[in-house]
Amino acid sequence: MAPRFTSVQQVRDGLRDVNYLADDGIAGVAFLADRLAKPILVEGPAGTGKTQLAKSIADMTGARLIRLQCYEGLDESKALYEWNYKKQLLRIQADKNSDGWSEIHDDIFSREFLLTRPLLEAISAPDPVVLLIDEVDRVEVETEALLLEILSEYQVSIPELGTITATQIPMVFLTSNNTRELSEALKRRCLYLHVDYPSMEREKEIVLTKVEGITENLADQVARIVRSIRQLDLKKSPSVSETLDWARTIMLLNIETIDAQVAKDTLHVLLKYQTDIAKAAKELSVDLV
Amino acid sequence: MLDLLAGFVTELRNAGLPVSLTENLDAMEAVQHIPIEDRDAFKYALGATLVKNSSHWRSFETVFEVYFSMRGPEYKLVEGSEDELEQMWREMQEQMKEGDGRGSSGGMDALTPEEIAQMLMQALLNGDQALMRALAKQSVQRFAGMEPGRPVGGTYYLYRTLRNLDLEGMLQKLMDASRQEVGGELTALEERLEKDEYESRIEQFKKEIEAEIRRRLVADRGAEAMAKTLRKPLPEDVEFMHASRDEMQALKKSLYPLTRKLAARLARKRRHGRKGPLDFRNTVRHSLSYGGTPAEPKFKYPRPAKPELMVVADISGSVAAFARFTLMLVYAIQNQFSKVRSFVFIDGIDEVTDFFKGTEDISEAIHRVNTEADVVWVDGHSDYGHAFEVFWEKYGKDVGPKTTVLFLGDARNNYHASQAWVIKEIRQKARQVYWLNPEPRSYWNTGDSIVGEYGAHTDGTYECRNLRQLEAFVEKLV
Repeated sequence: MAPRFTSVQQVRDGLRDVNYLADDGIAGVAFLADRLAKPILVEGPAGTGKTQLAKSIADMTGARLIRLQCYEGLDESKALYEWNYKKQLLRIQADKNSDGWSEIHDDIFSREFLLTRPLLEAISAPDPVVLLIDEVDRVEVETEALLLEILSEYQVSIPELGTITATQIPMVFLTSNNTRELSEALKRRCLYLHVDYPSMEREKEIVLTKVEGITENLADQVARIVRSIRQLDLKKSPSVSETLDWARTIMLLNIETIDAQVAKDTLHVLLKYQTDIAKAAKELSVDLV
Repeated sequence: MLDLLAGFVTELRNAGLPVSLTENLDAMEAVQHIPIEDRDAFKYALGATLVKNSSHWRSFETVFEVYFSMRGPEYKLVEGSEDELEQMWREMQEQMKEGDGRGSSGGMDALTPEEIAQMLMQALLNGDQALMRALAKQSVQRFAGMEPGRPVGGTYYLYRTLRNLDLEGMLQKLMDASRQEVGGELTALEERLEKDEYESRIEQFKKEIEAEIRRRLVADRGAEAMAKTLRKPLPEDVEFMHASRDEMQALKKSLYPLTRKLAARLARKRRHGRKGPLDFRNTVRHSLSYGGTPAEPKFKYPRPAKPELMVVADISGSVAAFARFTLMLVYAIQNQFSKVRSFVFIDGIDEVTDFFKGTEDISEAIHRVNTEADVVWVDGHSDYGHAFEVFWEKYGKDVGPKTTVLFLGDARNNYHASQAWVIKEIRQKARQVYWLNPEPRSYWNTGDSIVGEYGAHTDGTYECRNLRQLEAFVEKLV
């Protein structure tokens, strides 16, 4: 199969075209994932654009995004495949009069009666797809094993039917918020990408591209204040999406420069804990006087 | 190339990073897709395939820098090859000359320290990366006083260089300069932002200096030898008692995700412990709906009671950091206990439970513990015996069959009376008594350490030198 990308720079430019500003690490790993045909495990704090990365790659390559949202209690029948029992029953009843049992037996375990779930759908799709397995750290350790076969071999084994192998190798993204350590087996099969809060310059650019009509000056101020806030010892540092929300808020309020008062009044968009807000307000206005 | 990578992987393993064979193979394949002259891409390719944990990234970076430092065009040490930099220096010189009319000549080596400081300030003020790098080089060459073959660590050179540059004063000057630029006073917010900006630039400059020193050391001693001396322990392996300030910061940072993980794991454990004997009563009750046939057996699910915890911590200088981390960890997962009470002592003892009650902010509470708790009785030197005696008198009645008591300290008692009978009494009343000691096991019971005397009366004495050991213990405790 022809590789999707020709160079790291191309990935970077392509992502920029769909409004995702990647740094060298992100673009480099995406490029490698395509070349090595390996899944990417994206880890990092909440709200740094992990899910958005998968969406943007799909957007950029014109592929369909198939998403599997993980949660505790996720099982085979929701992630991989399930037999359509109702249809099977109907089939048996429709054939009540004939007595070719073995014929029916073979018949009801055919693809016609298979309900594909995201993972199976992703590898059996004829068109290019991007598979996003979101928040993989939410499933139990045992359930992780479900993913292993598909991640390393791009195939699904169904006892009654045999092995379904991928027609084309999809790009696979796994995201994790790092609430627990993922198993070694899973990590070993993936490329690892840690997405942290962006540097100030990058964040400023993100604000400039994502928030319409914002002036360079204001974006710069926003990025600087957010950086200062992130340096504080907070319960929950502001995420990139919260930075964007804040920038939009300021745009809506028609504010041209951010002074201490404005910052204080709109901090609740950026921070979600009362103690954090109090701390940031204190640090930003009273400090150094 | 293969040999080079194999050596690199060995070095990573030596530094404590778990690198499996498949990952090694992946890395070899990955680098074939990457243009070798693109250093950043090369680094990320190796990082993505070899490092699977974000807290290990720093160690990886160090090893990478050392191992590949001699193998890139921008890393040449020979001055003559740096045409561009030389060029820039000359330009700077020209400007300086025009500026103050002083005729200093002969390249950068002829600059006076004042001039260097002046230029550094300019570079920091404008955020001029190239100039900062050049200055880092120059200051290392000038101030560090590095001699080939001298068996001194990199930190020593770093210290010497930084002492000569006076970066603290530089920050102040930078602030003054930007104040002048605006012409008058900055608002508090602006001031704060400017300061953060300059601080981050200075931080960057320090990194440049560090990198430069490292490069020179590698050139002197060879990559393999350097990798060994520069090897940094992973955050979870850093010892509490000997952590530097940076390491403390890293520890603090890794503590938070750790507690979250621990809490999630413990909660799950509690929910999933599902084995129990048949609940006869309940089965009969449910059999009524099946006409008296016990069709649906019911079981007794064990509901382990949450323990009550009493933490008694020594917060004298030598073990303060350890006590702080343990308290933080315990309070971060306090919903796993029915009740947590904490006491701190040096030679007097004080209850600090209330500090943690009103606030959500654990580090704030810890800070209050360190400043407000009344723990000095006579001279402020550890006296375990007296502290325990008072503990028994005042709070002994609160120890009950559900209580787990946790003692934290190195049991260095300054040759006071041990009063170990207190521990014995407590053990008789409490569910469990544990002692955590941040010292390596080999130091126990040497000098004035009497941990053995106390330990004899506990249910277990544990060595707890780093986060990894602490985590393992807390999991066992719950």
